[in-house]
Amino acid sequence: MSSQPENDWIDLLRDSRDEVIPAWTSVVEATLAGRMTTSELTNDIREIFDGLTAGDGRGSDIRAAAYDGLRALVADLGRTRARQGFSPTEAAVSIFALKTAVLELLENRADLAAYQAFAKLSRFVDDLGLYMFETYASARETVIAQQAESLLELSTPVVKLWDGIVALPLVGTLDSARTQVVMEALLQALVDTGSEHAIIDITGVAAVDTQVAQHLLKTVQAARLLGAECIVSGIRPQIAQTVVALGIEFGDIHTKASLSDAMLLAMRRSGLDVVSRA
Amino acid sequence: MTTSPSEASTVIEVRADSDVVRVRQSVRDFAMAAKLSLVDQTKLVTAASELARNTLVYGGGGEARVRILERTGVAGVEVVFADEGPGIPDVDLALTDGWTSGGGLGLGLSGTRRLVDDFELDTAAGEGTRISIVKWRR
Repeated sequence: MSSQPENDWIDLLRDSRDEVIPAWTSVVEATLAGRMTTSELTNDIREIFDGLTAGDGRGSDIRAAAYDGLRALVADLGRTRARQGFSPTEAAVSIFALKTAVLELLENRADLAAYQAFAKLSRFVDDLGLYMFETYASARETVIAQQAESLLELSTPVVKLWDGIVALPLVGTLDSARTQVVMEALLQALVDTGSEHAIIDITGVAAVDTQVAQHLLKTVQAARLLGAECIVSGIRPQIAQTVVALGIEFGDIHTKASLSDAMLLAMRRSGLDVVSRA
Repeated sequence: MTTSPSEASTVIEVRADSDVVRVRQSVRDFAMAAKLSLVDQTKLVTAASELARNTLVYGGGGEARVRILERTGVAGVEVVFADEGPGIPDVDLALTDGWTSGGGLGLGLSGTRRLVDDFELDTAAGEGTRISIVKWRR
């Protein structure tokens, strides 16, 4: 096979396949400190190596059709590394270690042409590394987006406390997206269970500013339209003082310091009483 | 009044809803470091949350700068919000309880002023808004 002078790094790699792959593997292995087995790594690296040398010797653009397979491989590697929780450096080293491996090899030879080939290889590997990094970053973003979504669901459990009494413990921060989910969950639960009392517990809410208060007031109003009364509980002393200083009026909405007080109020309103057996 | 910054300040970009949360967390950290009481911490955090949201919603995004101040031996936390948005045309109106240009409760600015010790508002129509709040340790 004849190769163009500009891609003589392909020959360089082909000629020293049996030396480069183990050297490459050991450099990567040293960085990952036993988090992947040698055979897994060798497999990954052998595939990338074959992808690299699969080029037809024309052009050094990694976006060329000849490197379709290589790009797919590297993209897959980036995604896998991101999902396995490897750091950016640990992910990047899988590609960049090739340079270290080849350079070590060349140090034992006094071959100027080989060094020139290495310079070109180096540029190609840089491009490849950046390409892998793109897929690594986008995979990370996907993971974060998924987590944000699952957090959104996690954070809105509506629990039934008694016949006709449901509670919604709010935790964390109430931005617009979450409030929407919370409100829908509560209203749906009110309809599904036919409850007439809902307790919104804000013990886990760090700060009640006007936006949070407004969301709460709207939720209470919407619940009223469904024929249910809301009690807001879990108001800590420092939150109470802040709300007063802010000038927020809770109007005729019942508020209680603790969830148990709110529960007792809701039970009384439904005509139940808690009495001791003695 | 001798006011000197005693520690490094933190600058937080306010560009999205999640940044409001970051401002809140950072202000809470500073308030704890300045040993503000729990009530004062909550008040300052709530005020910062309010202003950060204003910066985002009305100012079109900007930044928040948090730092610890020292005045005659008393520590305090200062938060400065700056944006390059449309500014506030009528400051007196904006500071009136219940008035809103958005769809809020209209208590953000006026309520915030009641939550903190020092409140400075520097704005002009078309020239952005800069609000500085300070809560001193009692």
